Amino acid sequence: MARAAEAGRRGSEIRSDCWVRVAPAESGGLGISVKSKVEAMYGEAIRAQVLSGLESLGVERAEVVVEDAGALPFILMARVEAAARRAYGSDLKGAWLPEMAPGTRRPTQRDRFRRSRLYLPGNEPKFMLNAGLHGPDGVILDLEDSVAPSEKDAARIMVRNALRSIDFLDAERMVRINQGQLGLEDLDAVIPENVHVVLIPKCESPETVREIDARIARILGGRGEPVLLMPIIESGLGILRALEIAAASPNVVALTIGLEDYTADIGAPRTLEGRESFFARSMIVAAARAAGVAPIDTVFSDVADADGLRASVIEAKGLGFEGKGCIHPNQIRVIHEAFAPAPDEIAKATRIVRAFEEAQTKGLAVVSLGSKMIDPPVVKRAQRTVEMAIRSGRLSAEWRTAAA
Amino acid sequence: MQKLERNALDREVPVEINGAPAVPYKGIGAHKPGGRRAAPLVATCADYPADGNKVVGSLRVALEKAGLRDGMTISTHHHFRNGDLVANTIFDAAADMGVKDLRWAPSASFPCHAPNIRHLESGVIHHIEGSMNGPLGDYTSEGKMRGMAVLRSHGGRYQAIQDGEVHVDIAVIAAPESDGFGNCNGLHGPSACGGLGFALADSEYADRVIVVTDNLVPFPCVPWQIAGNRVDSVVVVDKIGDPEKIVSGTTQITRSPDRLLIAEMVAKFMDAAGIVKDGFSFQAGAGGTALAFAMYLKEMMKQRGIRARFIRGGSTKHLVEMLEEGLTDYILDGQTFDLFGVRSMGENPRHVNTTPFTSYNYHGKGNFASMVDAVVLGATEVDVDFNANVVTHSDGRLLHGIGGWQNCLFSKCTILALPAYRDRIPVIVDSVTTLCGPGELIDVIVTERGIAINPRRQDLRDAVKGRGLPVREIREIQQDVDRLCGGKPSKAKTGERVVAAIKWVDGTVIDSVRQVLA
Repeated sequence: MARAAEAGRRGSEIRSDCWVRVAPAESGGLGISVKSKVEAMYGEAIRAQVLSGLESLGVERAEVVVEDAGALPFILMARVEAAARRAYGSDLKGAWLPEMAPGTRRPTQRDRFRRSRLYLPGNEPKFMLNAGLHGPDGVILDLEDSVAPSEKDAARIMVRNALRSIDFLDAERMVRINQGQLGLEDLDAVIPENVHVVLIPKCESPETVREIDARIARILGGRGEPVLLMPIIESGLGILRALEIAAASPNVVALTIGLEDYTADIGAPRTLEGRESFFARSMIVAAARAAGVAPIDTVFSDVADADGLRASVIEAKGLGFEGKGCIHPNQIRVIHEAFAPAPDEIAKATRIVRAFEEAQTKGLAVVSLGSKMIDPPVVKRAQRTVEMAIRSGRLSAEWRTAAA
Repeated sequence: MQKLERNALDREVPVEINGAPAVPYKGIGAHKPGGRRAAPLVATCADYPADGNKVVGSLRVALEKAGLRDGMTISTHHHFRNGDLVANTIFDAAADMGVKDLRWAPSASFPCHAPNIRHLESGVIHHIEGSMNGPLGDYTSEGKMRGMAVLRSHGGRYQAIQDGEVHVDIAVIAAPESDGFGNCNGLHGPSACGGLGFALADSEYADRVIVVTDNLVPFPCVPWQIAGNRVDSVVVVDKIGDPEKIVSGTTQITRSPDRLLIAEMVAKFMDAAGIVKDGFSFQAGAGGTALAFAMYLKEMMKQRGIRARFIRGGSTKHLVEMLEEGLTDYILDGQTFDLFGVRSMGENPRHVNTTPFTSYNYHGKGNFASMVDAVVLGATEVDVDFNANVVTHSDGRLLHGIGGWQNCLFSKCTILALPAYRDRIPVIVDSVTTLCGPGELIDVIVTERGIAINPRRQDLRDAVKGRGLPVREIREIQQDVDRLCGGKPSKAKTGERVVAAIKWVDGTVIDSVRQVLA
């Protein structure tokens, strides 16, 4: 049965968002009343958009109120749809999807760098808008812990619209789904919108990975590239099964850890020093390496402490991690700088790569540097170091031709 | 019916403002009025106490002695910013005296001056010539003020007073430190604000000058930023300002990642353009983005051992640190924004108090603004021809004063640092709502979505080519943002009536602001 419902946020401190109330009516047509901070510039556009949206959702008789604090069109659309879905439930037919904007169809690469991944709360559109401009390796549109239980439905619509509307530039497009059944339904909403990586929270078994993998395959129906997976281990059981989880599907590309939940699970306070999680983090590194995927560290949660973050990245790098989570754009650069190879590492790596390429041109099977033989894994690591040095701006892309 | 004409920028402007003729904008440097400057009355020492004690009992007594009557012009300065406690009391006193139709010519108004709306309503004040923001901006925008508002830059205000375009009958100068003779400064006392430069023209050209202080010291008050020889009377009150609102204890650099990104791009642009080198100069305000820019620049200068010859203030802790760390020889300061700036100006001979006369006045024999290598400014809107708006928002309402903005455009490289959109409002538009600065003086727009360089500055385009900066055409950035915002914004609907005239630095009228329709 239809009932009046609302979605979004209002109040003097709200920006780039709006609040929508949809009250189904027995008779009459659509009544739309809009109060907008951008009335002079977009008042008419908002009314026209809401009207056409309600029509495409099949809403014919309702009183709709919009209080707008400068919401971009895709945000307005998500709020109207969320309110309408809450009002009409499963009676609501049709869909109201924003056009796929330029830059939303970029592909990803399985073996790309994942040094930084920026968490973006799924129901906070204003943080998403410029996220790609800050240059993270990935953005995570989060449906899980950063979204209140009562807003899961609204966040799902917002994230879907954001994926269709925002060009995240070079950042990999990631979504963290919810646990269990809710997470599987999340997949139905977001997978068609060119998601590169799905983060699986609180993962404790390879079956979970395979279930999600299968669901994604079903949604994709053989179209497009497979969606990559990054399980997040957040419990003792998950740590002890880390290798099975990492190896559960060929689509797993990285393994990461969530320390707040992990430390709670093992009954230890989380300390800055981190002795309580040393075993778990090393286990993640070993399991990921064993399965041939990337080990990625947890987030550093003190946004104001750049020095602490830098130290934490250097420590993580020392343990074997290749990436770090972040919750604020100002952390991205610190992370990239700390992961960047040191000058002596770069010098050594370029020597190895040069030797390897010379051996190749000469048709030699064995690479040697001076009197030492170089194994293939060492070459591979050197190639990655060189690439990261270039990406971090510490080595010219034309280093081969530049003076040695 | 208001008489309007199209000026050289094709903007409709009034040719008569509050009964006096006005000259439409003719182009940069095209208006040369000639003639002689205004002059104050010849005074005689016979009319002033030989012992130098000009203290009178109250502001009302001082206003009566100054001969306050209907229709006069009263001026104030804005060095206390939103902490000013004096300007409102002048009009309270005028109301008590039964005086009507005054013209108020502040160097700027702030939200703390909203109580004067009742004096506008009751007829004590006829109209305001100065910046409008907050409630006064709304009041004016909605067409409630009887006369036409006139907005001028800091340099333009000096020019208008000097040229006799604005005759100040009575200047009221709130001074943090004064002696009984009227020698005063802004450096010391509970309401210390740094310099008093914005009151200089008033002290030089007004018929009568009243100093109001809460910190009377025995003669001599040193240094006298304002000479007591120009002062008629001195009034002592309990409190002239609210220190916390005059200067902030600390000036915060923005933490907004988008603004930091813009600030860093500005610094990188200046570097790539070859501006950052030994002996260079720059000016940046106290806004969050400008401060962050200064921090990036500072790091760059430190790393390379570069020293500036001078920095133009508004000064803050961060500029003071640059001075004290030897990264610049001088700060040439128009106003101090925090306590560090106030202290430094009082102690450090290389932290120099400047005035709109030295820095900005266009009708002088040169000014400092055009000698600055690069300036970083804000704006509310900029159009695809690089014309910019700094006084109204896209909805047509008056929201900011011009400040030194127009004057600073004469810098060798003028950079506007702006977000490409605010909420849903695109900042790059086809045509600005109010044209305050001609595009030929605006060289670079730095947004989080790219850097647009004015096609008139091929030299800058060439200089930064291949330096890895996201340089784009202004229309490309505009298109991106328009798409994000759901199409081009409609123009605000305005009425016919002109409620405010925007002056250019030479006294001509560059644009007008129409009444907004609620």
